[in-house]
Amino acid sequence: MSQLSERPRQAIVGLPLPHESAALHVTGNALYTDDLVVRTKDALHAWPVQSPHAHARITSLKVKPAYDVPGVVRVLTADDVPGINDAGVKHDEPLFPTEVMFHGHAICWVLGETLEAARLGAAAVEVEYESLPSLVTVPEAIAAGSFQGTGRHLNRGDVGTALSQASHVFRGEFEFAGQEHFYLETHVALALVDEAGQIFAQSSTQHPSETQEIIAHVLGVPSHAVTVQCLRMGGGFGGKEMQPHGFAAIAALGATLTGRPVRLRLNRTQDMTMSGKRHGFHTEWAAGFDDDGRLVALDATLTADGGWSLDLSEPVLARAMCHVDNAYWIPNVRVDGRIAKTNKTSQTAFRGFGGPQGMLVVEEVLGRCAPLLGRDAMDLRRRNLYRPHDTTPYGQPVRHAERLEACWSEVVETGEVERRRVEIEQFNATHPDTKRALAMTPVKFGISFNLTAFNQAGALVHVYKDGSVLINHGGTEMGQGLHTKMLQVAATTLGLPLERVRLAPTRTDKVPNTSATAASSGADLNGAAIKNACEQIRDRLARVAGGRLGISPGDVRFSEGVIRGLSFEGEGLRWEDVVNDAYHQRVQLWAAGFYRTEGLHWDPVAMRGEPFKYFAYGVAAAEVEVDGFSGAYTLRRVDVVHDVGDSLSPLIDLGQIEGGFVQGAGWLTLEDLRWDESDGPNRGRLATQAASTYKLPSFSEMPEVFNVSLLEKAHEDGAVYGSKAVGEPPLMLAFSVREALRQAAAAFGPPGTSVVLRSPATPEAVYWALDGARSSGHRAEQLETVELMRSPAGLSGV
Amino acid sequence: MTTTADHRPVALSAPALKVNGEDTAIGEVAVHTTALDWLRDRGLTGAKEGCAEGECGACSVLVARPGIDTPTEWTAVNACLLPVAALDGQEIVTSEGLGSPASLHPVQEELAVRGGSQCGFCTPGFVCSMAAEYYRSARTAPAAEACDHEHGPNGFDIHALSGNLCRCTGYRPIRDAAYALGTPVADDKFAARRLAPPPPPAPTAMEVAGSEFLRPANLDGVLEVLADRADAQVVAGSTDAGVEVNLRGARPALVVAVDRLAELREFEFGADEVRIGAALTLSEIERLLDGRVPLLAQMFPQFASRLIRNGATIGGNLGTGSPIGDMPPALLALDASLVLVSRRGDRVVPLADYFTGYRQTLKAPDELIRNILVPLPLAPLTAFHKIAKRRFDDISSVAIGYAVEFEDGVIRQARIGLGGVAATPLRARATEEALTGRPWTERTVREAAAVMATEGTPMDDHRASASYRSAMLGQSLLRFYAEHRAPEGVRT
Repeated sequence: MSQLSERPRQAIVGLPLPHESAALHVTGNALYTDDLVVRTKDALHAWPVQSPHAHARITSLKVKPAYDVPGVVRVLTADDVPGINDAGVKHDEPLFPTEVMFHGHAICWVLGETLEAARLGAAAVEVEYESLPSLVTVPEAIAAGSFQGTGRHLNRGDVGTALSQASHVFRGEFEFAGQEHFYLETHVALALVDEAGQIFAQSSTQHPSETQEIIAHVLGVPSHAVTVQCLRMGGGFGGKEMQPHGFAAIAALGATLTGRPVRLRLNRTQDMTMSGKRHGFHTEWAAGFDDDGRLVALDATLTADGGWSLDLSEPVLARAMCHVDNAYWIPNVRVDGRIAKTNKTSQTAFRGFGGPQGMLVVEEVLGRCAPLLGRDAMDLRRRNLYRPHDTTPYGQPVRHAERLEACWSEVVETGEVERRRVEIEQFNATHPDTKRALAMTPVKFGISFNLTAFNQAGALVHVYKDGSVLINHGGTEMGQGLHTKMLQVAATTLGLPLERVRLAPTRTDKVPNTSATAASSGADLNGAAIKNACEQIRDRLARVAGGRLGISPGDVRFSEGVIRGLSFEGEGLRWEDVVNDAYHQRVQLWAAGFYRTEGLHWDPVAMRGEPFKYFAYGVAAAEVEVDGFSGAYTLRRVDVVHDVGDSLSPLIDLGQIEGGFVQGAGWLTLEDLRWDESDGPNRGRLATQAASTYKLPSFSEMPEVFNVSLLEKAHEDGAVYGSKAVGEPPLMLAFSVREALRQAAAAFGPPGTSVVLRSPATPEAVYWALDGARSSGHRAEQLETVELMRSPAGLSGV
Repeated sequence: MTTTADHRPVALSAPALKVNGEDTAIGEVAVHTTALDWLRDRGLTGAKEGCAEGECGACSVLVARPGIDTPTEWTAVNACLLPVAALDGQEIVTSEGLGSPASLHPVQEELAVRGGSQCGFCTPGFVCSMAAEYYRSARTAPAAEACDHEHGPNGFDIHALSGNLCRCTGYRPIRDAAYALGTPVADDKFAARRLAPPPPPAPTAMEVAGSEFLRPANLDGVLEVLADRADAQVVAGSTDAGVEVNLRGARPALVVAVDRLAELREFEFGADEVRIGAALTLSEIERLLDGRVPLLAQMFPQFASRLIRNGATIGGNLGTGSPIGDMPPALLALDASLVLVSRRGDRVVPLADYFTGYRQTLKAPDELIRNILVPLPLAPLTAFHKIAKRRFDDISSVAIGYAVEFEDGVIRQARIGLGGVAATPLRARATEEALTGRPWTERTVREAAAVMATEGTPMDDHRASASYRSAMLGQSLLRFYAEHRAPEGVRT
């Protein structure tokens, strides 16, 4: 067991604690960035002027009429930017564009004494456009050769030969939709300028350091002139990793120019029409199976819809390509990946970060092919699971692969899967208009940032003379319970009751150069950094205490606020007394902690290496019931077994698993981003730009029965206190819902029906799938089609 | 443009409301100011804006409203849709008023300890919606067999939370918190408050920067304003008007509030008809009917969300003339009529004639919907079908109301109301004709379903394709038949 992962006696980690802010949440006392406005004197309010074109050149911009609107204080345009007119890190996102690249693109911003004045001022700004041709769909971009960034290729074995020799070969094309984050709190920033011209920006951001850097480069000032603070976010889900920077920069620019605080808060429609979303993908695939139903080859071309700028599309694509195997051993793999450039919002990070998109491809392959192979989909998936000593297509050993089978068999057992499958069969035989189905899908998800440099973190821990402890770290709280876990880590390391430790808001002047709170890595990285800082202090105090106890510092133990020898016997010393002694002995009572994840290496060009510290595993079984008249369905029961290592905080982890599952189910079944793809005047407009038209899961979508358990004996040797990351992996357990819907739709047809199911699988999509199954021909005809698909000529040139 | 002094309501005092027990002047704010923005400007930032259109419930607050089981009921509404002026004289409670971190309310306690909050942004809204259900007088532990995943062992109806969205938890811990709630303790001040009358309806007159909000004291006062001012925007629950204000920048010069007028809040279940006051909310109607109109009982839980139904009135729903409401298809099947009132007098208009075009109706600008009349006896076989992406809180792609009568083994009359397939709600006349006079058999229904699939002129939009809408019409009739092949208690 490593020193990092070993747990002491009486550990506070592992206790099922509620969220550290729960009492503030439920009473409305928890403060979010926009709640600070009423506490800030004389703040100005910002409103954007948004483009009504998907792609156009701005030929004229007249801001003067805005100044005629009472209460308008300032209109911000490109001329006001003292530094670099750019909101991103790739320098392809002008903050004030001369060419609008998507419908809703902000051209300039109006600052008003009230939000109403700013709104009316924005309406008064006169803009003339020269409309330009636009690309709205991925197939349009592919046809036009419109790509951005660097395409990547992943290769193992000999796909061409394997496909030509495979017993069964299938190919398909599959396009699936993105997803709106719909964090309940929209983007918001509040910027102030101090007496020395320094900026203090409060921002709802997952990446305060990068928000700071973008503000600095827009203002043309060094980073030390900008401090960014994030109290907490009302949800992030990746949507606040890159996207907040430009909005914070606008607020900072406005504050600099007017000398007054500037609040920029997007309303829901502005947020949905301006900020990036999960990438939709277009995919083409060919898959080969042997006679035992084992995958022998997968050839896939993934085209991510990047939107108008590069943003995080490259790493999203890399993660998609690294997850195209999901949890399955595929000896021969070839994946070509590329990023389409379209006239849409700049698609960005979203929980799973490409992983879900890559994994959806292989689950689609298995779901489509199982009936064509004459195999049960559950059996097909299980027989293809990774086994110990297998390696991924990019060459990383799949450590703890046996946990996949462990999770699978536990779900089968505790979920009473076999009994229920019999019941479902009986139900379907007697219900011509209603069908049920149960599907099981696995998850294997790599933990660490693909980009090795991001896998570092810092912390700053203070012990005050009275023994109270204040911790700062670089991670942000977006509801995932990071701060709760960090308090538990600090209390565990210092051997203190939880209430002795307080956590301060995330600020760039406390811990610099932080990575985004993303990639599920928040607890791994920041927890290890906090542990490191706490250990430095503890070791110093151990010397002080050892002197008083007359024992070696190495034999001093900290537990429940008392410091004793190895035997944990005797009265020992009170923590606060030792702290007081240490102060008087001039022992440093604070420490900066640091952590870098060891053992990572990655060649992004060759797509080879070991980019992940470890894999998180899980298995889900979902049972659905589908109405044959409408395609409407209910999620009757879900059983999950998920591997979170030795949980740092079981109640928090349970919440992440359940919430991730439902969010994933939303992406796959309900949430339906619709862009105007017509040639009409609204081309490129997001048609689902409000809560009334874009539907996320509500109570009616939660599983009627929802059983989640954590895999036991799951110690992770390489991570803080033996835990594993949990933020993203459970989202992909929701593939089970999509596959169950596919199987239920197929049950309306003859045995062996292979169903094409759109994603998201809305009731309408399910209806067309089951309608197709109902009217589909005999199974023999389908197999004929398969034979045609196997013709060697059809395999070339993929 | 000014209003004449004679119809201007005489406000007894400057506009004010009671917030968490404290009398608070509304003050000099634009008349379109929402209750949410007003609260937040006063530092009560617990209620949040998540969507500004009554879809997410993050802004939910409790209002002391006239009750059915007790004199006052704590009613959860969307503060983002209500103009604060509409709360003049009223009494509200926010999450801050229910409890404090040092002294949590039972609802807050259950949510907190069970992991019911993650990011916490939606939480104050959930707290208020949950508290309203906690204090529902009729909430008692049901028989064990009445409990299911939507009804807890403590009588908690999860539909109470149908208008609240959470993006983090997946809802399970929130449901568990709801089902773990006990009953209020003896000295619970919010429970005690239910036993006293609610604040009486008080006239309101606010004028700020040339815009006016008027709440006349009686129906005559309203009709006078409407007769004088063609531009007056009549508002009841503001669940539709509030969206126009928030999302589309509507800034009416004159808003006239009618939702507390006693003349519009009558309810009578008579021998020949049910008479429903236009200003009754959908929640009130649902409870007053208590299942006596099965078609409506089937519709109510599918209509938007509890938060919306607590604010939205039946008159307001019909007044907007929307082509996709759930109420019109149901009322068309029930052969309902409207009583329109103006200074010129009353007139009764069949609902089937009321809709004249896209958001156009027979109602003149000076007229107000006074009542909705549902004739009795009801048809023996009725149903309401709604096609939507989401079961709770969604706008229908297609909505269908059925009412079928039989005589001597054949269908004597079929009334089918449709929504979402044309510029107005409409009767499926061709389908009705295909059914009338024929036996209730699979063959009849199959042939009629083929006709029904051609009713209306559905379009493609983000909710559904035209072909799906058409298919759903035909499928709906097949489903109706499949569920009622041999209707119980109905002599075919």
